[in-house]
Amino acid sequence: MRGFLAIYRKEMGHYFVSPIAYVVVGVFVALSAFFFDVILSDVIQQSFAMQMQGMRFGMPSQIDMPGETLRAFFGILSTLILFITPMLTMGVYAEERKRGTMELLMTSPITEMEIVLGKFLASLTLFAIMLLPTAGYVVFLYAHSDPVPPWRLVFAAYAGVLLLGGSLLALGTFISSLTENQLIAAVLTFAAFLIVWVLDIGRNASGTVASVLQYLSVIRHYDDFTRGIVDTSGLIYYVSFIFLFVFLTVRSVDSMRWRRA
Amino acid sequence: MIEVEVKNLTKAFGPITAVDAISFSVNKGEILGFLGPNGAGKTTTMRILTGYMPATSGTAAIAGYDVFNDSLEVRRRIGYLPEAPPVYADMSVESYLEFVARIKNVPAERQRERVADALEKTNIGDKRGELIKRLSRGYKQRVGLAQALVHDPEVIILDEPTVGLDPKQIIEVRHLIKGLAGSHTIILSTHILPEVSMTCDRVVIINKGKVAAVDTPQNLTTRLKGGQRIRVEVRAPEKPLENLLAQIPGAHRVTVERAGADGRVTATIETESGRDIRSQVAAAIVEKGYPLFELRGVSLSLEDIFLELTTDDAAHAQPSPSN
Repeated sequence: MRGFLAIYRKEMGHYFVSPIAYVVVGVFVALSAFFFDVILSDVIQQSFAMQMQGMRFGMPSQIDMPGETLRAFFGILSTLILFITPMLTMGVYAEERKRGTMELLMTSPITEMEIVLGKFLASLTLFAIMLLPTAGYVVFLYAHSDPVPPWRLVFAAYAGVLLLGGSLLALGTFISSLTENQLIAAVLTFAAFLIVWVLDIGRNASGTVASVLQYLSVIRHYDDFTRGIVDTSGLIYYVSFIFLFVFLTVRSVDSMRWRRA
Repeated sequence: MIEVEVKNLTKAFGPITAVDAISFSVNKGEILGFLGPNGAGKTTTMRILTGYMPATSGTAAIAGYDVFNDSLEVRRRIGYLPEAPPVYADMSVESYLEFVARIKNVPAERQRERVADALEKTNIGDKRGELIKRLSRGYKQRVGLAQALVHDPEVIILDEPTVGLDPKQIIEVRHLIKGLAGSHTIILSTHILPEVSMTCDRVVIINKGKVAAVDTPQNLTTRLKGGQRIRVEVRAPEKPLENLLAQIPGAHRVTVERAGADGRVTATIETESGRDIRSQVAAAIVEKGYPLFELRGVSLSLEDIFLELTTDDAAHAQPSPSN
C-alpha cells in the first residue's frame, strides 16, 4: 500500500513537472471548448429550423435541446480521447525502461501490482483532471436550460467517459510496458485503440459473430452512457476490460525480469 | 558470519553464458571487490543478487533469504547502485531521495533523518534542491550512491561506484565506502585494480563469467609480483641493446622500440617471478657507456593480471577450495 502511494505520488509529480500534462490538458480543453461551441450553435440552429417548421405546419417543436447537445458533445469527447490518451500513456513504462529507473523499482521491496496500480491510477487521475474543465460547459448548459434536464444524464455521461478513458489508459499502459521506445508505444497504442473502436463495424449486421463483436467494441457501450443509460452489461464490460489490462500489465512487468538480455 | 552466499550461479542469455557457475561468499561487515574487465559478468551477477533477474541455475542468498524465492525479503535488505544511476531527471535531489526512502519502506517518521544522513554521507547537501538533470555526471553518481544508502540497508551492492567521478571525488567515495564497512556488508564491482587494493577486504576476480581467483588484495599482489616490468630509456643502437639486456640473468623477454630522433630507444624488460633486477639493468647499461635517461618499474595492468591468471598460471586460475 505504501509502495503504491509512493509510485502514485511520483507519477503525479512527474506529470506536472514535465510539459506533457500541460500540453495535453491544454490542447484537450481548447478543442473540447471549440467543439462545444460548434455543437451548441448547431443545435440552436436546428431547433430554430424545427420551430419554423412547427409554426408553418402548426405543430409544437419536440426537440430536446440540452439532451441533444450533451449527447453530441460527449460523442466528440470520445473521439478526442482516442487521440489524446496514447500521449498520456506512451511513456509510462517505456521511459522508465529507457532511463534505467525500472531497475530501481524492480529491486525495491514493492510488488509489481503496486507499481502497476500506482501508475494506472495516476494516469486515470490526470485524465479526470483533464475532464474537469468540461464540467464548466455542462454547468453553463444547465444554467440556460428550461426546464433543467435530469442530472442523471450528466452523471451517466461522465461515468461513461471515465470508464472509456480508464479502459483506454489500461490498454495504453499495457502497451507501454512492452517497449522501451515511447514513439513505438504511442503508434501501437493508437492502432490498438482503433481496433477496439471499430469492432462494431457490423453495427447493423445480425448473427452471433456480429453481436459478439458489437459487445466487444469499446465505443458501443459508451453510446448508452451518453443517452443517460447506465447499463449493467456496459459497466461489466468496461470494468473487466480495465481489470484484464491491469492484470496483463502486471504480468508484462513481471516478465521483464526474464525478457531482459 | 556469512551474509551473502553464492553457489554455482549460472546465467545464460540464449547461447551465451554470461555467468558460469560462480561461487563465493561475503562475511558480515566485509567489503568484497568484484574485479573484472567489461563483459566479465559482474553486472549480471549483481543483477541476480538484487533480484532484478533470475539465475538460470545455482543459488544465491542474502541474509539467509534466497534471492529468487524470498525476493521481497532480500530487496528489503539491500541497497543497489546500478551501472547508470537510476535517477529521475525532473525530480530534485531531495524529493528523489524521499521517493526512494518511501519505496524502500523507511517509516515516515524516520524519512527526514535518513534522507539528511544520505545527503551528508555522499556530500551533496548543497545540491538538495537542485533538479537532477542539472547536475554533473559526478553529482548524479553521488545521488545514485545516496539512493543506495537512504534506507540504511544491511547489504550494499555497488556496480562501478567510481565511474565518472573526478580523482578527488573518487577518493571521497572510497573513504565513504570504507566508512560504511563494518555496519554494512558491501559488494562493489570495478575494473580498476588500485580501487580494489585500497578499499576491499577480499577480491573476486571474474573473467568470461568464471571466477579466476578469490583472495585478499595483499595475497593477490604478492602472487602477481612475478609480473614486474622494467622500462628504460637509453640512447643506444637497438640490436646491441636488446642483446645486452637479454643476457642479464632474470630477464624474461626484451622488446626495444625507437623513441626519438636523437637515437633514443625505450626497452621493456619482463622479469621472471620474484626477481628484482633493476640494479643489474642499470649497471649493464652504464658499463657500456650508453646514456641512461630513465629507468622505472612498471606495475602490471589489470589486463596483464588477467593474462597471468587465465593463461600463464593455470594453477592460480582455480578458485581456492576454501572459498
